[in-house]
Amino acid sequence: MRRLAATIPVLGMVALFVFLMLRMTPGDPAAVLAGDNGTPQQIAEIRETLGLDEPILVQLGIWFGDLLQGDLGQSYFFKKDVTELILLRVEPTVALAITTLVITVLVAVPIGVIAAYRHGTWLDRCVMGFSVFGFSVPVFVVGYILIYLFAMQFKMFPVQGYKELADGFWPFIHRLILPSITLSVIYIALIARITRASVLEVLGEDYIRTAYAKGLPNRVVLLRHALRNAAVPIVTVIGIGVALLISGVVVTESVYNIPGLGRLTVDAVLGRDYPTIQAVILVFSGVYVLINLLIDLTYSFLDPRIRY
Amino acid sequence: MSLDTETVLTVSGLTVELPKGTDRRHAIEEIDLHVGQREILCLVGESGSGKSVTAHSVMGLLPKDQLTAVAGSIRLEGEELRQATEDRLRDLRCTRMSMIFQEPMTALNPVMSCGRQIDEVLQTHTSLDQPARTAKILDIMEQVHLPDPRRLFSSYPHQLSGGQRQRIMIAMALVLDPVLLIADEPTTALDVTTQAQILQLIKDLQERHDTGVLFITHDFGVVAEIADRVAVMQWGRIVEQGTTEQVLKRPDHPYTKMLISSVPSLVPRHRETRRAEPVVLRTEELAMTYSQGGMFQSKRSVVAAQDVNIEIRRGETLGIVGESGSGKTTVARCIARLIDPTGGRIYIDDDEIARVSVGQMRSHRRRIQIVFQDPYRSLNPRRMVGASIIEGPMNFGQSRDAAVARARELMGLVQLDPDALDRYPHQFSGGQRQRLCIARALAMEPELLIADEAVSALDVSVQAQVMDLLDDIRIQLDLAMLFITHDLRVAAQVCDRLAVMSAGKVVEYGDAAEIFANPSHEYTRALFSVAPGRDWTFGEFLTD
Repeated sequence: MRRLAATIPVLGMVALFVFLMLRMTPGDPAAVLAGDNGTPQQIAEIRETLGLDEPILVQLGIWFGDLLQGDLGQSYFFKKDVTELILLRVEPTVALAITTLVITVLVAVPIGVIAAYRHGTWLDRCVMGFSVFGFSVPVFVVGYILIYLFAMQFKMFPVQGYKELADGFWPFIHRLILPSITLSVIYIALIARITRASVLEVLGEDYIRTAYAKGLPNRVVLLRHALRNAAVPIVTVIGIGVALLISGVVVTESVYNIPGLGRLTVDAVLGRDYPTIQAVILVFSGVYVLINLLIDLTYSFLDPRIRY
Repeated sequence: MSLDTETVLTVSGLTVELPKGTDRRHAIEEIDLHVGQREILCLVGESGSGKSVTAHSVMGLLPKDQLTAVAGSIRLEGEELRQATEDRLRDLRCTRMSMIFQEPMTALNPVMSCGRQIDEVLQTHTSLDQPARTAKILDIMEQVHLPDPRRLFSSYPHQLSGGQRQRIMIAMALVLDPVLLIADEPTTALDVTTQAQILQLIKDLQERHDTGVLFITHDFGVVAEIADRVAVMQWGRIVEQGTTEQVLKRPDHPYTKMLISSVPSLVPRHRETRRAEPVVLRTEELAMTYSQGGMFQSKRSVVAAQDVNIEIRRGETLGIVGESGSGKTTVARCIARLIDPTGGRIYIDDDEIARVSVGQMRSHRRRIQIVFQDPYRSLNPRRMVGASIIEGPMNFGQSRDAAVARARELMGLVQLDPDALDRYPHQFSGGQRQRLCIARALAMEPELLIADEAVSALDVSVQAQVMDLLDDIRIQLDLAMLFITHDLRVAAQVCDRLAVMSAGKVVEYGDAAEIFANPSHEYTRALFSVAPGRDWTFGEFLTD
């Protein structure tokens, strides 16, 4: 509970920082809204209606006041409540993030463990080779290659688009598979590597020797003794991975034309839509802080020596 | 006694090959030994002699693709193990043969409760149901004299002391009544009092369960306490084998003789007193309290040392002895100002250094130097040893040429080749590294040299050499020396004065010879009474 309370000042700092950063970057939302033919007169009027002519501190005060009441403000560009806008876009992003996470963990942890167990063999080298590949290839390249192969050549998956969960589970998941794989490649590479290193280190520990001396089968030694002890660094990296996912989501959503938060962010930044940008970043950082909290709690569950 | 029924383990002609490119071809060569029912065979030797490889071969736990047994046979109750399948070996482990290890701190899985770790053995090897297993576990925990077995059943290893963890290991090893117990240096990492208890426990259980024990150790004190028979190993071969009496009193092989003669005696050497020399180090009411916690956590504090009043004169060695957690290392670190004491005063000559700021302390650093316990970890592995030695003096403004010249001189003093300055630490043996650490400390021309368990990690023959070296240097350079050790034998040989510490306090303080002859505090007496092999005088051989 105390740790939950400690997240509030963190979020406050983020909010302040984002607000000031946006005001300091060049570009004028009013000019964007007025379009290419807007006269200085029109721009000034727009500035006034948006409240952008007030001093920065007053703007900040208004925004913070609204925030405390749970009001994220009105989008300049979409002319809608930002809260409503985000809620509309949140499902695709969350769906994409979760499927990516599931694929990543299901693939990365097993291959990491196997690579560690068989370290030095061709299997290990294959996993490591894939991992270097996964790191080096940019997300959009993987995305287009996958689209070309599985969507255009084999016609197994649709090229682009998104269907809501409400439209049925199969169409929903069918359209998510390619984007999730695309996004997960780099995380599989990362987490497989960490798993391998971490398990490899644990395999050298004395208690693993004890476990073998007890006459336990290899599988039990590997899963019950080695993996559990190697879990803390793995979970840490998975957590960081989830946070990094957010940046990956932006690109992947563009490639696969998914109407999620990533796309919303891109549109909002291009339109200098201050309230939307601020809100999206605030939501992302809130998620980030929550994930960190969750990871910390997992630690003490995984390792009885860690107590908060 | 007929060999077929009474012998549980017979090893004959066992040879294990090392991977290519190592300094010798075989890890062990033509090992012949046997362990009878209710018998304790001690396998003694220095590090690298092949004791552990022998033990691991029996268990079938040699690291695959690094070490392979190429010849010989291992028979457990008549069954050949060298040809046994992996499955068969797995079945035998913990049922017919068990092993306990040196480091109880790391040998247990830190994230699994102790009861569950013993339970795994039963789950793997028996078909007992949960209540039967729990009853059996509580029973064996009782037998190894663990306090409150029900509570410890669900405790995690980090909540137990070292001795308790080793008892858990023993319980785990003996829960299924194996015929053979292999104990690989099981007491080396423990304090003397705990060591004595564990040795007694192993002896009791072994008699009650008719277990044969293969006990690996480097410590002749332990051998004298526990062994029925002794086998001495050197460079992968057994050089001598016989009853304890025979090997300790009438050794044949020169190596055995050398090893036994190197065991430091518990009777202090005669030393001249130096009460007239000036005092180099003096502490007044030195105290150190560790506290933890802060903004988000509740405060906890541990008193590591309090009311420590000691002094050392020039040319004199003060020993601080005590068990782990007694505060001896804390005192050493406070004196060197590696940590800041929370109370009291420290005088070097007449300068008070306990309260000076870090900046002011810098100029005093040169005057106090430390040699640490583990020579393998106290030298930077990526720097040439010469660089490590000259770094300190150069920080204090000496020119590079002068520092190098001095380093070469010091290498001679610690009996190493001066031309070896451009080598890396891994090219030296443990004893040589400790000499390097001493040279590094001396390069600063300190007034006080602190040796924090500086000979504890060394083999007994090397230990004797390094102890002699430290003593020579003290005399030659007229140094004051603070010698921290848990080993009473070592203390008896190098210390003029002695401070016995327990629970952060100095409980006895005075001339070493006097304390060894007439310990007055009960803790000191207790400490002396458990020193392994105290009833033996090592190195006085009988000739028939």
